[in-house]
Amino acid sequence: MSKNVLKVENATMQFGGVVAVDNLNLEINEGEIVALIGPNGAGKTTAFNVITGVYQPTNGAVWFNGEKIVENHPQGKMKKLYKGEHNGEYTQVLSPTPDKITKLGMARTFQNIRLWKSQTVFNNVLIAKHCRATSNVFSATFRLNRKEEQQQRQHVEELLKIVGLYDVKDELATSLPYGKQRRLEIARALAAEPSLLLLDEPAAGMNPQETDELTAFIGEIRDRFKLTIFLIEHHMNLVMDISDRIYVLDFGKLIAQGTPAEIQNNQRVIDAYLGVADDA
Amino acid sequence: MSMTKKKTIFTAAVLLVLLAACVVVDLTLPSYHIVVTVIKKATVYSLVAVSMNLLNGFTGLFSLGQAGFMLLGAYAYGVLTIPVDKRPGVYQYFDGGAIKFSLPEIFAGFLGDNVGTVVGMLLALLVGGILAALMAYLIGLPVLRLKSDYLAIATLGFAEILRAFFQWNALGPITNGSNLLKSYPAFSHATPYVVLAGLMIAIILLLITSTYGRAFRAIRDDEVAAEAMGINLAKHKRMAFIISSFFAGIGGGMMAMYMGTIAAAPFKSTLTYEILLIVVIGGIGSITGSILASFLYIFSSEWLLRGLDAGKFLGINAPGIFKNGFRMVVLSVIIMVIVLFFRKGIMGDKELPDLLDRRPKKRKKEAAGK
Amino acid sequence: MQGLFPYLLNGISVGGQYALIAIGYTLVYGILRLINFAHGDVFMVAGLVMVYSTTALPFYIALPLVLIATVILGFTIERVAYKPLRSAPRMSVMISAIGVSYLIQNLAFYITGGVPQPVTNPIPWISENITILGASTKRVTLITPILTIALVFVLVYLINHTKIGMAMRAAAKDFETAQLMGIKINAVISMTFVIGSFLAAVGAMLYFTNYPSVAITSGGMPGLKAFVAAVFGGIGSIPGAVVGAFIIGLCEEIIKGLGYTTFSDAFTFALLIVVLCVKPTGLFGEKVTDKV
Repeated sequence: MSKNVLKVENATMQFGGVVAVDNLNLEINEGEIVALIGPNGAGKTTAFNVITGVYQPTNGAVWFNGEKIVENHPQGKMKKLYKGEHNGEYTQVLSPTPDKITKLGMARTFQNIRLWKSQTVFNNVLIAKHCRATSNVFSATFRLNRKEEQQQRQHVEELLKIVGLYDVKDELATSLPYGKQRRLEIARALAAEPSLLLLDEPAAGMNPQETDELTAFIGEIRDRFKLTIFLIEHHMNLVMDISDRIYVLDFGKLIAQGTPAEIQNNQRVIDAYLGVADDA
Repeated sequence: MSMTKKKTIFTAAVLLVLLAACVVVDLTLPSYHIVVTVIKKATVYSLVAVSMNLLNGFTGLFSLGQAGFMLLGAYAYGVLTIPVDKRPGVYQYFDGGAIKFSLPEIFAGFLGDNVGTVVGMLLALLVGGILAALMAYLIGLPVLRLKSDYLAIATLGFAEILRAFFQWNALGPITNGSNLLKSYPAFSHATPYVVLAGLMIAIILLLITSTYGRAFRAIRDDEVAAEAMGINLAKHKRMAFIISSFFAGIGGGMMAMYMGTIAAAPFKSTLTYEILLIVVIGGIGSITGSILASFLYIFSSEWLLRGLDAGKFLGINAPGIFKNGFRMVVLSVIIMVIVLFFRKGIMGDKELPDLLDRRPKKRKKEAAGK
Repeated sequence: MQGLFPYLLNGISVGGQYALIAIGYTLVYGILRLINFAHGDVFMVAGLVMVYSTTALPFYIALPLVLIATVILGFTIERVAYKPLRSAPRMSVMISAIGVSYLIQNLAFYITGGVPQPVTNPIPWISENITILGASTKRVTLITPILTIALVFVLVYLINHTKIGMAMRAAAKDFETAQLMGIKINAVISMTFVIGSFLAAVGAMLYFTNYPSVAITSGGMPGLKAFVAAVFGGIGSIPGAVVGAFIIGLCEEIIKGLGYTTFSDAFTFALLIVVLCVKPTGLFGEKVTDKV
């Protein structure tokens, strides 16, 4: 059994009375590619946001590399409103900001591309290296960190070569075609030197050929950087091709998990995607 | 690589020429000459505008507290440099004040009159900057969590609170209450202003091009993405706020030097607005833009448009229209036109040396197009 | 307590004047999410127009003139300085507002020559002195809160029971959807500025009656304070702005009464910062959540 990288434990995310993620449990092991799928509005991105610290879950915990990084229990107004399970099981409040979680070795991309618009391709990746810099503001300003800066620049160049964006490195990030922007987002996440990479719909808006290329690319970077990958995706070909395991969310609840083959034949998953008559 | 080298050489050459010109001005013109005045005031404004740009333009924190930090710097400078024998006269309502020393005099004691006085003056400026930075740290604790316009109004409020404190009679032995601080030493030539402000701006420039400056810009472009990429928002915002305020404090001290007297009144929100508008004219996110705009603004308001106030402009004699205040009306109309129709200002987010490489790039693109 | 009574009386009056300005801020912010920095200056201009017109004309002509002139000014500012920036980032509009404020002040300086214009009994009857419970004050002090409350009731009625009021509420709730639903958004926004300026003009007439003169900077402080009142009450909420304004007016006068006049302005801003940090939605504001 390989090492457990990510564990989400009884995570519930409730906005007012709406339960976006309901008692989610999942585990990801080292080196795996795991997909999170589900119909629109199932709570996939919310789950990502809970894991990466953007949202504080209403209840539950997240473990990363055997260390508990997030924990919360219903507080304040939520005490009355809380509809989820495992109430009272968690007592601690642990809610680091996203940057702290990134520093622990988790990096993500966004569903609706969030590159830094005014920056070049090169700088977009270089900025992600900032969290690995050891210089303080004084040494950086007075250029006492030359060595580190140079090393980082070199890393970025290598990274850009690997993802195939080296020849456009001085272009503005937003001037790239859509597919390349997605790639750049992945490169940027990689620059933060993660061990776990979270991809939020990396193939959204891509044509079949681009999707195939991306599929190969994801496998490639997993091997090269020894990554564990957790991704949200709607392109079923991609998901079925590269995932070791799949979790399926519907209305915030986990309705199935298993290998691609198992998921493809799971009646509940098919129902969730195709809809089912009320009396069924 | 050669392009950047070319740019550096070019920039260095231009800076040297400007500095030389400034020295020549100082050697040939009396210190009360309008050219000297314009250079002094414009350099001070440049520094403050650049410090504001660091925050508003490069970090995307819309703060309107600049006048408050300048006030701190100005007072610190005045309080620490007024000669001891002049203090009874200045603090006549407060028994000669609570502070019985003067930094320039202390240093003149063991460094000689000339060097010591200058060292003392510089140290007083530095103290002003540090005080402003400390204040920024304190203010930042509650305020930096606020979003955009709320941040603006909260920092504006803090500046007003500061102003009230400095006019408070109970602090009179230090601040002289609502009376003027005066008789402190100041550079009469333009060159020291240019060198000082130039050094400060150079440091800001170095910061902006460092890894921290890049992080600031990432926060400006997309906070959520910046945080997701491991940039600690609270820490970096605080840092930008403190550094910007530090330089505003120093700018305030220099402003005090330039003005000759210190009172709380000129450091109203109007001063912040003025500087903000200069930043906008120059281009939000452009250092050279801010400097250029400062010089243009001061040059027009102090010199070029003077005639608009004095009855005669461009040979047109119309004392009925060209009377006191008209030049500011004209200036603010120009500013509004820029704000409304040329939102990028003079420079956008480009720097002056960038103009050098614009043309070759275009050609390259055309070639690629063919 | 007897010593504080005149201050309390004044506080209620000042609060009413702030309330009239604060409504302008809160209405505009509710729809455009813009701090209309020029609003305080519109208020100042109303004061100036009052001074000029009441010296030249009988007050029953002068006062309507003040109202009309101020409304036209507010309307024009929106059309010229804010409308072209409708799709621009919020900060650009705010900068434009600051620019307008700067322009108005410079213009006022030019016209007045930088000399504060003395207010000399502009409106008869209301500036006469009266004595209440031993405290001597002008009649305007009593009239202000009453008039304020009456105007607020009219306004609330307007917003809840007329078509344009409904459109304003819709635009405040969701600007883009309102536009898609066929609401003439520009008309709604203009209306907001018209109402805001009208109330500011009324506020200015009452406010400056109590003061010896109108200076070009006279608008800044009351403007900022009224804005604080709007934030305190929960920006976007009219009752909130009114309650906030009365509280601020009272606190300020009480502080003056206790002998800390220097800090009456500072207090308002301290209050603002505390409110923003503890409860940014204010007393009656609705919570807005950002979506990631």
